[in-house]
This record gives sequence, structure tokens and C-alpha cells, in this order.
Amino acid sequence: MFGETTYLDNGAATRLDERVLEAMRPYYFDTYAVATSEFGYSIGITAREALDEARAALAAQLGGRPNEFIFTSGSTESSNMAIKGVMMALAEKKGRHLITSKIEDFPVLNSARALERQGYRVTYLAPDGDGRIDPEAVRAALEPDTALVSIQHANQEIGTVQDIAAIGAVCREAGVVFHSDATHTFTRVPLDVGRVPVDLVTVSAHTIHGPRGVGGLYVRKGTPLRKWMDGGFQEFDLRAGVEDIAGAAGFAAAAALITQEETDHIQAMRDRVIERALAEIPFTMLNGHRTERTPQNANITFHYVEGESITLQLDMRGFAVSTGSACFSKSLEASHVIMGIGGDHERAHGSVRFTFGRYNVMEDADRIIDNIAEVVAQLRAISPLYPGKEQA
Amino acid sequence: MTPFPYNEIVLEHFRNPRNVGKMENPDGKATEGSPACGDMVAVYLKVNEENKVIEDIKFESYGCASNIATGSIITELAKGKTLEEAKKITWKEASEALGGLPALKAHCSVLAVEGLRSAVRDYEERHGLVTERVPTTLETLHKRLKHVMNPLCGLDVVRTDLVKSLTLEDGAVKVEIALPADHQFAAVVKEDIKDKIEPLWDIKDVVVEFVGE
Repeated sequence: MFGETTYLDNGAATRLDERVLEAMRPYYFDTYAVATSEFGYSIGITAREALDEARAALAAQLGGRPNEFIFTSGSTESSNMAIKGVMMALAEKKGRHLITSKIEDFPVLNSARALERQGYRVTYLAPDGDGRIDPEAVRAALEPDTALVSIQHANQEIGTVQDIAAIGAVCREAGVVFHSDATHTFTRVPLDVGRVPVDLVTVSAHTIHGPRGVGGLYVRKGTPLRKWMDGGFQEFDLRAGVEDIAGAAGFAAAAALITQEETDHIQAMRDRVIERALAEIPFTMLNGHRTERTPQNANITFHYVEGESITLQLDMRGFAVSTGSACFSKSLEASHVIMGIGGDHERAHGSVRFTFGRYNVMEDADRIIDNIAEVVAQLRAISPLYPGKEQA
Repeated sequence: MTPFPYNEIVLEHFRNPRNVGKMENPDGKATEGSPACGDMVAVYLKVNEENKVIEDIKFESYGCASNIATGSIITELAKGKTLEEAKKITWKEASEALGGLPALKAHCSVLAVEGLRSAVRDYEERHGLVTERVPTTLETLHKRLKHVMNPLCGLDVVRTDLVKSLTLEDGAVKVEIALPADHQFAAVVKEDIKDKIEPLWDIKDVVVEFVGE
């Protein structure tokens, strides 16, 4: 039904790769048992081996050890687990202060807000105009009772990549645990926990053509973490629940399919959109850092028009993109990211995010710009805010 | 059938809005909404001075599909009507003429109706049709505040209980809003309130205070 859609919202979710589905299939119809201990029965032991294999492969992607990777139901759970788990584990021993940023994705931001309601203190650091957090600002915000710093690896909306090596170094020096949400960088932007002093990393399969509802949390050995999903003793007794072995196998398969060549191609499409939009369409601006950004993300504000009208017009022309406009969101709130980097409502309402994936071709980048140029011109022609009409 | 929450009539008006654009030397005009609340409508009128019939009407929109479609339908409904008739056009009529609008988008479309009414009022004020200077009452203020959007949910600040208190003394108005002063929308709400209340002829001062936590 949507075969003709040009899908440019890969930052929200990606199309599953058939090869991933094939990797998952055996664990639904053949090796479908739970993962038993090595003293269990054969079908369960084989399932256990598949789970261990997937775990080892994903841990290795981050430079970690197999017993440092916990499977979860996705990045929302991973970030909840990291933030609430560390803060609760250290509440008595270290303190109740958390440092994060204003532009984190909702799992981090709303975990922080939930903790605030329970009497924890949170510092929300403001990024600069490109969305970058200054490592020195993290240092300045540290207090004797700071238990955790959580700064994303890259932003969900504007793609800005943080210098988490420098932020991690500040935390390490101060003896503070450091968590980073790498949902939008995993396998696309290098992250090696052997070099970057980060203690917990949120990752997810849904952004890399893997299954929805499967994620992971890297937990450096020795990191204090309170278990908060009670039940059985799965996942090193840190996350209860029957393991999703098909999901784990699919996640590992998806990660293994990412190549540098593909990432370079995705980045080239991103650059084409940014370059053409800024050069060919007046009153546009790039949101996020020009170079320190994820390869898949272009985010551009088209001034004097409202994003929902753009996305609806584009949808009718067969394109799927997203916007930071309040009208588009379920909450009817303008993007906290655009507002967080110093933008105003008008800039947020007119922002459009294009995120590329495996199934896009360079022609998509050209076609979306050709189409959005027309749509924006039409909407500006009826906009009371547009100053360019006199000239036109 | 479309997978959108909008029906075909709405989409048709969205794609091909009628009577769109700026009008040179309008007899009456008004702007409702603001970029901050995400929707804005400007309405321009040409009125026959003899019989008070709206001979031409134009609108501009910065907003989502409902906003544009309602702006379009409202111009069709108002054209050829007298000012008195035009003032009585309701959001419900506009919505019905469009075959229905999603409830979530009600506020975007209400703006267009308000834009038309304000443009009519503007015409009446400019042409001396409002001669009686009625003293402002709390009720008048309340009515005006119903045109101030709560950007958090897109409904007005009265309906969403953001107005904690409202006082009027010797032409001085004080409004207390249940938002923290450092809230991202505080400045916008304050500006909108001042815009709506200050033009009243006997109001000398408008103070907006934020009392939320």
C-alpha cells in the first residue's frame, strides 16, 4: 500500500531488513524455548547459546564485554533503567543530584522529571546554538552529591553529536557515573567504550532496520545499578522477564549489516538535502551543527510556514518526513530541542526533519527538495508572516 | 478514503484555498492568533457602505491544514453576506460546511471564525458604527481572555484554568496566570493577554503575573 512512499523519517523508525527477519525466524518456529541454564533441556540450551551470541556481538560493537550488555524492550526502557537505576542505587551513598541537558529525548528528560517529583535534584544544561554541550559546563555543574551525568551521544531531532569523550573524561575525573543515549548513533557514529569513559549506553534496534521493541543497555562492569523491573533472574539479575531471543538475534543481525559504505552514502544524501535547501530556498536555516551531526539527519527550518502544512502537502505527494511543529506532535507542544538551542516558536513550527536510511537513493534527496521548494512557496504565498511577497 | 484525520472537503480546501492573499486598502481587517501558538489568520474585508454587504473578502494563514481550510470556507460563507449576518457565522457552521474537523484541531479552526468577527468589528469601529462607549467590566475582560490561547494544549486560557485571578480597578487590570514565570510560554501568553486587553478604551494598565510553580 505504501510501496511508493519515499520514507525520510528513519530517525523515528526504520523498515525491517528481510535478512534480519530471516535471522529472527528460527527463534519463533524452531528454537522457540526460553533460554535455560546449561543444565536445562537441549532446545533451551540452544536458545541460550543464540542469546549469548547476540549479546556478545552487540557488546563487541561498542567495544564492551558480553556480560556488560543487557537486552531491553528499546531505548525508552534502557534510559529509564540507566537513570532511575543509578540514581536509586546511589541515593544514599552518593547523593540525589543528576545532570542532564535540555535537549535530551523524552526517555531521559521525563525520567529526570519523574525523579524530581520524588525529591531528586536535576540540573538541565543548556546547549549552544548548534546543540553542543560544553564539557566545561558539565564540570561547573558538578556538586558533591552528583550521582549521574546523562548526556546523549547525538540528538534525535537536530542530529548534533556531542563530544562524549570529553564529557566522560570530566565525569571520570570527578568519579561520577556517566550515561549516554546512543539511539541515533549506534553503528553509524563510532563509539568505543574502551576509549570513551562512558559507563552506560542506551542503544536500540528500531533505528538500524532491526525489529521494533528491542534495545539494549551497555553497563560497564562495577557500575552501581538498582534493578527496577522485578521478577525472574534474567539478564544478570538486572532485568527480569522472559528473553526475546528472536529480537536479540534480529538486533545483532541488524547491527552486523551496517557498513561504512552505506553510512557514507546516507551522509551524502543528507548533505545533498542540506546544501540544496539552503542554496535554493530562501529564508531557510540549518538546525544543529553543520559537521558534528549524525550522517542520517538533516533538519531545516523553512521560515514563515507551519510544519504540519508542509508534512501534509508532502504526504499527499508521497513523502514521509517529520516536523518540530506543535501541530504535528501528540502533545501539541513545539519542539523542546529547537527551543532548547535558543530558537523561538516560529523556528520550531517551521522545522522539518529528514532522516535517511538503507532504502533511500540519491534521487530521493533531489526529489524531496524539488517538492518541498514548491510546497513552501505555495504556503508562503498565503502566509501573513512572509515578507518576500512584495518582491515576488 | 484517506488515512489522514481530515476528510476530502477539508483536504480540497487545504490544497486549493479560496479567496487567499493580501488585500490592498481593505475596509476592515484583523489578525488572530500568533506564530507562538502555531496558528495565525489574517482576514481582510471590502464592504459596501450603503447596504453593509461584504463584497470581497481575503484571508491569509500561517497554520496547519484545519486553519487553512477553515479560513477558506469562512471566506466563502461570508462573501455576499451583510456584516450582521457574517458576525453570526459560527465555528460549528464552518466545521459543518467542511464536513467535520478533528476535535484536536478545533482551536486552529476557531481562529478563522474569530478572525472574521474581529475584521467585522474593526470595520465597525473604523466607520463609527460603535458609538456607545460601554465601560469595561470583568465580563468583558473574561470574554477577551477567551481569545488568548494556552499554547500547552491549544485551547484558550480561560477554558484550561490558567487564569487564577482577574481584577479590575480604576482601569487597571491584573491577571494572574498559573504558569511559572520562567515557563517557555510565559512571555508569549503575557504578550497575547496585553494585545487583547489594552485596546479597550478605558483600560490604562495591564499587569500579568505568573503564579505557577
